[in-house]
Amino acid sequence: MHEILTVSLKEFRDGMRNMWVFAITVIFALFALGLAYFGSAASGQVGFTSLDTTIVSLASLAIFVIPLIALMLAYDSIVGEEELGTLLLLLSYPVTRFQILAGKFIGHAALLAMSTVMGFGLAGIAIAALTGQLMSVNLWQALGFFIASAMLLGWVFIAFAYLVSVFASEKSRAAGLALIIWFFFVLVFDLLLLGILVGSHGAISARVFPFLLLLNPADVFRLANLAGFEAAQAYSGLVSVATAHLFRPWLLLVVLAVWTIIPFSVAALLFQRRTP
Amino acid sequence: MSFVVDLQHVSKVYGEVIALKGLNLQVAPGEVIGLLGHNGAGKTTTIKLILGMIAASSGQLQVLGESPRGRSARTLRMQWGYLPESMSFYEQLTGREVLDYFGRLKRVAIAERKALLEQLGLAEAADRRVKTYSKGMRQRLGLAQALLGRPRLLLLDEPTVGLDPIATRDLYLTLDGLRQHGTTVILSSHVLSGIEKHIDRVAILRKGSLRALGSIEQLRHNAGLPIRIRARGHWPVGTWETRLQREGVINYQVNGTQLEVISAFDAKLDIMRLLLSDAAVDDLDVQPPSLETLYVHFNREQEASDA
Repeated sequence: MHEILTVSLKEFRDGMRNMWVFAITVIFALFALGLAYFGSAASGQVGFTSLDTTIVSLASLAIFVIPLIALMLAYDSIVGEEELGTLLLLLSYPVTRFQILAGKFIGHAALLAMSTVMGFGLAGIAIAALTGQLMSVNLWQALGFFIASAMLLGWVFIAFAYLVSVFASEKSRAAGLALIIWFFFVLVFDLLLLGILVGSHGAISARVFPFLLLLNPADVFRLANLAGFEAAQAYSGLVSVATAHLFRPWLLLVVLAVWTIIPFSVAALLFQRRTP
Repeated sequence: MSFVVDLQHVSKVYGEVIALKGLNLQVAPGEVIGLLGHNGAGKTTTIKLILGMIAASSGQLQVLGESPRGRSARTLRMQWGYLPESMSFYEQLTGREVLDYFGRLKRVAIAERKALLEQLGLAEAADRRVKTYSKGMRQRLGLAQALLGRPRLLLLDEPTVGLDPIATRDLYLTLDGLRQHGTTVILSSHVLSGIEKHIDRVAILRKGSLRALGSIEQLRHNAGLPIRIRARGHWPVGTWETRLQREGVINYQVNGTQLEVISAFDAKLDIMRLLLSDAAVDDLDVQPPSLETLYVHFNREQEASDA
């Protein structure tokens, strides 16, 4: 545990030093505030809209942004250290490969968690204050749930970033692979699923379909956040096809956690086999 | 006597490439050994095998009496220090933070980490970020890291590459200090000048096999390369020519004040006696073959047998 903690502290410090936390926090806060302000532009007016509408728009934006940020944060964690020469050095130290990977994950996860909580949290407080919703408990619950799910979504893609980093032989390839992963889960998967749904002429029953969505962590996040909200119906696209009440929100958070463990475990396995 | 490093017929094959074939190398406690060879001769492979990072394809390998890939790997890792080739550190962290990181992993106390920064002359720069460090400072930080926990075995892979002469000298001075304290050091290098005085034995690798192993004196003896003897003084022209020819020396150059003989290894003492017996000789200088010459010799011998 001492080793894992040492690695994670170093990773966290490195991230703080790089201004990563600062940059991500600012991006998240600006997105939240911007969406709140311009969210109602479609109806012909600008001005701060209520927090619940904002959360819905934020969730659809977060699906694109958070995976990308998580992948960028961590895609070079192993292959980058290899290019520095520090990986070879670390492997000569009394620390196992699993400890290195786990330590890095905790460090990166904490960085992203801090940015998510601070960025969205501060923006949430500002919006609630400006729209007079500070006292609404339901709203804080909704925001809390959104932040928790956004954090988990980020962790899933940090785990994917390690998979890429352990697999690739060069940093540039890792970057390319990370983009492919982003592209697949955020854009391609839904189209593919829709294609299959239409092409199969109803062979895939409406009962199976929601479970297919669980195969994509981005859709799990979407399900968790959009399905619960009334306002979501218009925006949620593919997810609205699925029966929203099929999955309890906390269950979807568990699914996201599982989605973090799977790529992380595969990455740990591949890391064991990688020859330095 | 138990060896610190004991390699017996160790080979390493990567696919079709033979990185190391049948290497036998025993390193005694307190010994400083230089692994010399071109790039790709097998130096880094040897070091990675000793560190247990890669498994040998065949052969027996023990470090400090244990297998580096066995159950004792963790204990072993506490007892050695390693400086990888062309190393760079986390640029955003300060020198102190880098050393703290590795020090914590090796469970080394703060006081010792601090002492190492001072010992290697990094105390003043300790709180500056590594990205502002010169190549020499980075290498010293690398060495500080390798010395964490007072290792019994130190492995340095190409530590002098890219260093200016002063930084190189500093590195060798640090090495001499460790040698006095009985640390066993394995040092790989392809930069040969100046290394002779700082190592006990040399292992010359070529294409994965050991070409020569021994102290520099032993290698000189084995190679039997000619020795250059120079004398200065004042003598009538023509006197030395006849005397040298009488001794059977063919390879020489002489004028009124200077004399240079290229002598066979065995004839060295005879010629020196001859020169010393003459009062006209003011000064005498003997140049045995340098490490470079020996290195080239042992590599050439191999080329000839390759052909």
